[in-house]
Amino acid sequence: MATARPVRPAAGDAVPGGDGAPDARVAPPGGVQESSSESSATESATAGPSREIRTEILSHSDIARTIDRIAHQILERNGDRHVVLLGIPTRGVHLANRLSERLAAFAGRPAAVGSLDITLYRDDLRRNPPRALEETRLPDGGIDDAIVVLVDDVLYSGRTVRAALDALRDHGRPAVVQLAVLVDRGHRQLPIRADYVGKNIPTAFGDDVSVRLVETDGSDSVELARAMPTSGPTSPPTLPPTSPGTPGPGARTATSTTAPQGRGTPS
Amino acid sequence: MTLAMQPRERAVPESGQTTAGSVRAAAPQLPEVRMPRHLLSAADLDRPTAEHVLSTAQRIEQAMAGREVRKLPTLRGRTVVNLFYEDSTRTRISFELAAKRLSADVINFSAKGSSVSKGESLKDTAWTLQAMGADAVVCRHSSSGAPQQLSAWVDGHVINAGDGTHEHPTQALLDAYTLRRHLGSLDGRRIVVVGDVLHSRVARSNVLLLSTLGAEVTLVAPPTLLPVGVTSWPAAVSYDLDSALVGADAVMMLRVQRERMSGAFFPTEREYSRSYGLDSRRRELIAEHGIVLHPGPMNRGMEITPQVADGAGSVIVEQVANGVTVRMAVLYLLLSGEMDNTATATDSAGGLA
Repeated sequence: MATARPVRPAAGDAVPGGDGAPDARVAPPGGVQESSSESSATESATAGPSREIRTEILSHSDIARTIDRIAHQILERNGDRHVVLLGIPTRGVHLANRLSERLAAFAGRPAAVGSLDITLYRDDLRRNPPRALEETRLPDGGIDDAIVVLVDDVLYSGRTVRAALDALRDHGRPAVVQLAVLVDRGHRQLPIRADYVGKNIPTAFGDDVSVRLVETDGSDSVELARAMPTSGPTSPPTLPPTSPGTPGPGARTATSTTAPQGRGTPS
Repeated sequence: MTLAMQPRERAVPESGQTTAGSVRAAAPQLPEVRMPRHLLSAADLDRPTAEHVLSTAQRIEQAMAGREVRKLPTLRGRTVVNLFYEDSTRTRISFELAAKRLSADVINFSAKGSSVSKGESLKDTAWTLQAMGADAVVCRHSSSGAPQQLSAWVDGHVINAGDGTHEHPTQALLDAYTLRRHLGSLDGRRIVVVGDVLHSRVARSNVLLLSTLGAEVTLVAPPTLLPVGVTSWPAAVSYDLDSALVGADAVMMLRVQRERMSGAFFPTEREYSRSYGLDSRRRELIAEHGIVLHPGPMNRGMEITPQVADGAGSVIVEQVANGVTVRMAVLYLLLSGEMDNTATATDSAGGLA
């Protein structure tokens, strides 16, 4: 599972907006305060088997439609120019392959696909144990003067994309660099935004977005997992999925009320 | 290091959360991989760890292929000291290049032209390096066990780059990497190591590492050049080169170390060459896919003929190139995540307070 996991233990702070729950969309300052005091109370709960609510955000067919739409958008924006899709391992590479297939179906020719491992460019190498490196494979023609579309599954802190931009710089000089993500879950720690977004998901800092793809996990789905505070309020927050491609109106508010703490760099 | 910690602690007021954060941050590491703190012996690496180093090297080679800028920012701001008490060309340059490709600062320290020639002891030199804040010390020394001693005196990571007649673990890693590139998995592969086993640190490290990786190693040498207790090594021993070579997947020639040949180990160089040198005829005995390795520097015409050294199936030049890649992997795996242990300790202390 690709999990864009926060470093802070999950707590029920700042409930993000769902379409049917306008009162939950804007978390009142008091609510945030209350939940941050709860987080220490749920410490013991995270050690044991933690209860969490899982909501499916995108199904198999939703993901297929989303990739179709992004492929159309890439064509619309770039026309006949030389596009190179660079996936960020592991799920970004599979998404890039699927995008290339769709581009072949819509435009008659597939885009060049590559994979770009960013591990050696991470900014937290000194803090975390060394990670296993993934494959780096650039298309034969290289990336010079091409339109490079970076592809990743979840856009979260933006640090992975920052690392990918640094890595690109060492590999060549693309004409344009664009970013396509399946899910944008907010909580950016760097001034980075995506050009093509499959779905905006408003999340709390402690939530967990998991992307599963057939190639790695046997099935296609995007799920939002939220830990349940055991000693907190008993009513579970409702998370009705919004329609694909529509940014949740509460996204901005949720992001601003639960500003990340500035440490921890989820991929 | 303490200074770097402070802003991090301030950013997260609740200490309990920090502890949980460290636990979670440790999760992505492969559970069975246990990278030692220092790389002193090839025996420090168990099979999953050795394979992790080799696959990391393979990924680094991929990442470096066809790049415009042949440099990675991974070890920016780290200091690697090359502490060489013995002459070396390829190992020192290889380590220097590896550290520079990872953007580390490199200090070359050789015994000639330093305070060692004025009589400074290894311990005093170690303290000097410690005071200067070396993150890693790459040590070559003529005495077996010197890097081990050094590892007790400095906080940084010590990498053995050859100590006396003991070990040379990174050479074994680069040999294993080269073998894997040509032969695939080393499981059940037959590798013949020929020559001066008695004085060879390369042979010791290779026997340990290659047997860890599942290869069958055969040592071939005149009886005078085999160490006492060689029967306890995880390798077969033979005195007859021709029969050992038949069908072998690889043959590794060892240098005849003239500088250590004080005793009468063999009658004449010519006789050694006839019995244990690799010539074109013997080259034909190994398997068709078989390869020829030599750790260098070569005594051409002595243990290996120029025709074989420069011929098909010789990977001697490739070994040098692979040395840089493998040493990059070792430096990356030893030096990244260094703050983690300290951080966890400090965080737990904070959690208790």
